[in-house]
Amino acid sequence: MGLITQPEGAGMTTFDPQTQEGWVTTRLDFLVNWGRANSLWPMPFGTACCAIEFMASAASKFDLARFGMERMGFSPRQADVLICAGRVPFKLAPVLRRIWQQMPQPKWAISMGACASTGGMFDTYAVVQGIDTIIPIDVYVPGCPPRPEALIHGIMMLQKKIMHEQMSSKTLRNEMQPDPRSQLYIPADRIDELSEPFGNSVHQTRSAP
Amino acid sequence: MTAPFTIYQPEGEQPATPKQVPHRGGAANPSAAAIAAKFPGAVVRSHVMWGETTCVVERAKLHDIVQWLRDDAAQCYEYLSDVTAVEYRDLAQPIEVVWHLRSIKHRRFIRLKVELAKTAALEVPSIVDLYTGADWLERECFDMFGIKFAGHPDLRRILLWEQFQEGHPLRKDFPLRGRLSRSQQLTNALSANPEARYSMEELSIADAFEELPLDMRARLKGDSRTGE
Repeated sequence: MGLITQPEGAGMTTFDPQTQEGWVTTRLDFLVNWGRANSLWPMPFGTACCAIEFMASAASKFDLARFGMERMGFSPRQADVLICAGRVPFKLAPVLRRIWQQMPQPKWAISMGACASTGGMFDTYAVVQGIDTIIPIDVYVPGCPPRPEALIHGIMMLQKKIMHEQMSSKTLRNEMQPDPRSQLYIPADRIDELSEPFGNSVHQTRSAP
Repeated sequence: MTAPFTIYQPEGEQPATPKQVPHRGGAANPSAAAIAAKFPGAVVRSHVMWGETTCVVERAKLHDIVQWLRDDAAQCYEYLSDVTAVEYRDLAQPIEVVWHLRSIKHRRFIRLKVELAKTAALEVPSIVDLYTGADWLERECFDMFGIKFAGHPDLRRILLWEQFQEGHPLRKDFPLRGRLSRSQQLTNALSANPEARYSMEELSIADAFEELPLDMRARLKGDSRTGE
């Protein structure tokens, strides 16, 4: 999943194409991945204007059903891909974390829009600076908000990613366990470094005037 | 066909949209003079701007004034539309707590203000006992400005989360990004239990209480009822 850094070659078992076993495994991989990639059930987590574009993507003109996504699972237990559309305030962070933990494997996550991916223009005390500090993300869709085409492009990227999964990988379905004390997936200093201000907001200071 | 409701029309008055309202001055709301007559010394000053009358009153008299404005037949301010506060950038200028009252019967609007020096305790009397709707407005004002409303039955944060430890964001000395580091803010926020946030009333499960699992019953019974 998104934030796991695998050692070189891990999960990439090399098969001798001549042996029967490798051929069966890769064909089975293909079949399973093909099934999964084309029947992704999204769990929409829409918090802001990106959700409007997401609804447009699901509606008849852009029609997510073409990708096997016609079933919106408003229950995390019956969903495959979490689409977080919109900014996430800190108040919502434990809720998003809980929803992600309630989704069964195999599962993927798409961060839709600038705010979900980085905090966007909301570089304030109330907004999470990138939801990848809460849950692992597979695909980031840029845009403010992204047009439906951009979201569909992100979904197709996710499908491509799923097509390259290998069942023989030992770490593919590992749930990331947060640090029990801080409840963070990634080290605290890394989060502070990643959420440093950029753009116009460098003129703000953290200290009180 | 008859109208489904009747519009109250005082004798000899016609509803009209005010036109050419002056920026400063103009006709004051008669309630302002009535307050000054009824509570001598309670009105610090009053002025009219854009046709709206503002009375700056003494903190100790505020509750009595609001009660009188609500109950007196000649005033009849039956609707409290807002409770909020203003802080000015000038450090010497006091924080103002603002109440917006509207009389639907007399088509009047009055704004009451209480000035609080920043050096003293920020505390004003609560008017929840007069207007039930003041409950959440006062909680919001407390949440964002840190003003204590003496007599409020349940004064706690309403917009921000309970784990928020950085103060009151609408104060001028509050830095936009907050006082803690991002990782610390995230750690604080993630320490919340999302399922403890619901009270029994919100879930409407008071009737089914006996059938709930033991752990949920214990959680609802204890002080962690709202998780705060």
